[in-house]
Amino acid sequence: MKKYIIKRIIISVITLVVILLVLFLMLELMPGSPFNDEKLNEAQKAVIRAKYGLDKPIFVRFLNYIKAMLSGDFGVSYTISKNTPITTLLQSRLPISLRIGGQAILIGTMIGLTLGIIAAIKHNTIYDTITTVISVLGVSLPSYVFAMTLIYSMGFKLKWFPLLYQMDAPIYSSVLPTVSLCMFTVATVARFTRTEMLEVLGSDYMLLAESKGINSFHLIFKHALRNALIPIITVLAPLVVGLMTGSLVIEKLFSIPGIGSLLVSAIQSNDYNVVVALTFIYSLMYIGIMLVVDILYGVIDPRIRLAKGDKNE
Amino acid sequence: MNYERIIHIIFCAAIGSRMELQMERKQILSINDLSISFQTSAGVVNVIRGMNLSLYKGETLAIVGESGSGKSVTVKAIMGILSNNGKINNGSIHFTYQKDGKETQQDLLKFTKTVMRRQINGKRIAMVFQDPMTSLNPTMTIGAQIMEGMIYHYKTPKREAFQKAIKLLELVGITDPEKRMKNYPHQLSGGMRQRVVIAIALSCDPELLICDEPTTALDVTIQAKILELIKDIQKKTGISVIYITHDLGVVAKVADYVAVMYAGKVVEKGTTNEIFYEPRHPYTWGLLSAMPDLNSTDDKLYTIPGSPPNLLHQVEGDSFAPRNIYAMNIDLRKEPPMFKITDTHYAATWLLHEKAPKIDMPLELRNRINMMYKELSEGDQETMPPALNKELSEGDQEAMPPALNKELSEGDQEALASNKIGGIIV
Amino acid sequence: MSERKPLLKVNDLKQHFRINRRFTVKAVDGVTFDIYPGETYGLVGESGSGKSTIGRSIIRLYEPTAGEVIFNGVNISGRLSSKDTQHLRTRMQMIFQDPMACLNPRKKVIDIIAQGLDIHHLYKSKEERKDKVFQILDMVGLSNEHADRYPHQFSGGQRQRIGIARALIMNPDLIIADEAISALDVSIQAQVVNLMKDIQKKTNTAYLFIAHDLSMVKYISDRIGVLHLGHLVETGTKEEIFSNPIHPYTKSLLSAIPQPDPIAEKKRIAMNYDYATSGIDYHKGTNQHVSGQHYVLATKEELEKWTK
Repeated sequence: MKKYIIKRIIISVITLVVILLVLFLMLELMPGSPFNDEKLNEAQKAVIRAKYGLDKPIFVRFLNYIKAMLSGDFGVSYTISKNTPITTLLQSRLPISLRIGGQAILIGTMIGLTLGIIAAIKHNTIYDTITTVISVLGVSLPSYVFAMTLIYSMGFKLKWFPLLYQMDAPIYSSVLPTVSLCMFTVATVARFTRTEMLEVLGSDYMLLAESKGINSFHLIFKHALRNALIPIITVLAPLVVGLMTGSLVIEKLFSIPGIGSLLVSAIQSNDYNVVVALTFIYSLMYIGIMLVVDILYGVIDPRIRLAKGDKNE
Repeated sequence: MNYERIIHIIFCAAIGSRMELQMERKQILSINDLSISFQTSAGVVNVIRGMNLSLYKGETLAIVGESGSGKSVTVKAIMGILSNNGKINNGSIHFTYQKDGKETQQDLLKFTKTVMRRQINGKRIAMVFQDPMTSLNPTMTIGAQIMEGMIYHYKTPKREAFQKAIKLLELVGITDPEKRMKNYPHQLSGGMRQRVVIAIALSCDPELLICDEPTTALDVTIQAKILELIKDIQKKTGISVIYITHDLGVVAKVADYVAVMYAGKVVEKGTTNEIFYEPRHPYTWGLLSAMPDLNSTDDKLYTIPGSPPNLLHQVEGDSFAPRNIYAMNIDLRKEPPMFKITDTHYAATWLLHEKAPKIDMPLELRNRINMMYKELSEGDQETMPPALNKELSEGDQEAMPPALNKELSEGDQEALASNKIGGIIV
Repeated sequence: MSERKPLLKVNDLKQHFRINRRFTVKAVDGVTFDIYPGETYGLVGESGSGKSTIGRSIIRLYEPTAGEVIFNGVNISGRLSSKDTQHLRTRMQMIFQDPMACLNPRKKVIDIIAQGLDIHHLYKSKEERKDKVFQILDMVGLSNEHADRYPHQFSGGQRQRIGIARALIMNPDLIIADEAISALDVSIQAQVVNLMKDIQKKTNTAYLFIAHDLSMVKYISDRIGVLHLGHLVETGTKEEIFSNPIHPYTKSLLSAIPQPDPIAEKKRIAMNYDYATSGIDYHKGTNQHVSGQHYVLATKEELEKWTK
């Protein structure tokens, strides 16, 4: 198992370095420079360049770049809020996105798993059909449609929940955005769970477990789910990242001050540094989550961590 | 009339009633008039069409048949694990077992799934499945899978269950059992996995062990070892066994009693010796003849022409008739009932009706049996079943078994007598 | 028989599979045998013996690690020119084990059977193609109506006949049957085996019959090779092998087959053979001649011990 984890970590690190390289080259190759103010003459430009280390050779600049990024120094924002260190911007926004994303994932997965299991057990009955309909809707309808519907019905008409995100009522006002966000997750997880459970339920080892006299509850949760979970986790990983990084649309709709809306603003105002910083954050999260998923595989599926040729054979 | 047949007849006739001396047999399972159908996308398939079978304590009953005969469905019905589209249309399965210190007999088909799981499955009746590569849960350790049943049914404390599991692994011939407890199924070979499945089955000391083609997927040398193991366990524990297979060689090795199934019905049943040395149903003849014989020098393999019937449609008359070279007119009109040959030997073929032409099994088969007979020691020869060969004198012919069903309509009686189709009279 | 030129010569064939840095599976570890035109060579072994691997190496589904395979005088184990490939892919054909898995479920039977003809452009008109297919269907005991159906509409035995038809239509010199009957019911196995023998009489095709069931192999083979752990431990005509098995593995294999003779069978205990503890090393043995075409892989001492 240890060898497996170490291999995964090494690959993750290499991936990260490659991503940094790509980001760095993107910045290098972009036309123009941040200091093209016509008012500056050559000498002043040279001084500024030296200050920012822009006169050093490319290799050194790359290493400096890596150092900076990994220590959290993303530079400053140029257009959104002039000269504010990006880290400050992130500090307030990142936790909000993470929290709302986390809520969405948790609720979405639980509901999705439940629906999927029910659909698989009650295969070809009305419950199965209902789940399929929910899945199709959840996957096809864009999140803002849900958001709009919820805002209108529960926020406006019924006045159960506030229309916009409020800092002073963080959980209460995040209900609607969470629900809108999690529909896609519910749909995807339900569909996958149903397929995987059906396959597992039809397998020989389930029949043997049944012939042992194990009751339904244990059959599902102790025997079937563990085997069905592996492909489900695969699907879950990118979903988690997407949600954690804050759905751009939902954040805009509900005026949530998260990193999603930050990214939208940065793109709209050409604030390169912010865009690059956020891209890096997203990549870091993605790699991190994939690493966690890979390790989870090893925990759940012994065939992966004890491959043939290892000891114990 | 050949010389060898005469010797055989005389010998067997002389020791005629030896077979009657059976031990007092106690019935523990009886399947009565069982009828099962499956709902498929193509329609309703009648998989079991009226089955009667008994199992006695401490004995091994082999159910033989080809694919489609219904043998697997039968045992799944006993266990109550039929798939969802299966429906029990008729019949009962009576199982006699010990409960709370008393003996009780219940109809398993009347039990709900919950009751079956709590009282019967794994606890009193356990099952070994065909493919060891897929029968074990890939994400659970061997130890956990063996201990699960004990903990579940008897609330055995974990430490005790662990020790018992190790003993079971030793019983089924797995070396280094402590280490194996922590292994996962994919780390074991096919033969070892099947031993584990047997260990799981035995973990709750069941009274009945059902083996559904347990060695079909294994190499022949591993198969031999597993068969020995099952016989060994039976001797040690006195457990009763139902063994499903299509391999007659395996039946010869493990079974005390045999039931031959075809198209959802039992067509012949009897002791192993009776079935192998004195079979009466043309299908059984076909199965035995189609077995490749290591000792013969024949060049061509006997085959049963055609293929099993499609049970989607209602069967008219005898389901085996289209492939039966000994078929008579009556086989097309009416299904034969079970005719009694001895107390233990029954066959469902019109050939056993007193008015049917007297036909013996195919010559090659008769020769093969005679060869086997000659190679047995004297003591063994005496245990051979008595031959009820039709080429006996008139007086002997009258000793032919009476048909259980005497009420044949006029048309049927004519059909029986006319014998227009096939029918090779020796 | 020894003046005839062999159709297929396999010389010291080795097929190794590298799993990872420390672990190489030696599926086939030095196998030598010949097949003559029109005869059936039965290759028998259990799982892990390497029998399927040999079939696939010969027909170049795997690249042989070492050794050579000579087919009709042409070396087909080394670099193949396009002419050699054509020669290989038309004159040698294979039938596989699982009749359900090896037929494309979305193709009609006529297209499945004629696939070889299509690839190698062996006909001039659609009529000719249909005629060839009908001819072959007749040979394998199916009817013309079957050509327009799909695989799922057939039984296992019929599907295997379609597989045979597909191989046969190319008029090959050699057909490799890789466990072609193992997945079928016993009575259907007998039908297919009889069919293959009839076809052989008509077309003089040679068979490499790979199987794990010695008793079935006996009916179809002229000569037999017993395979264990990638080595041919005993070879000979079927009479030689069955009447006088010498290698302990062959003996254990024969004794493990249950016979339909209850009284004898219940008493018999199968002979046990465990390579790891037997003291035998296949690498030390050589092909010792016993009689006629009967050879055993053994050292001189082992052979003496076993033939005492």
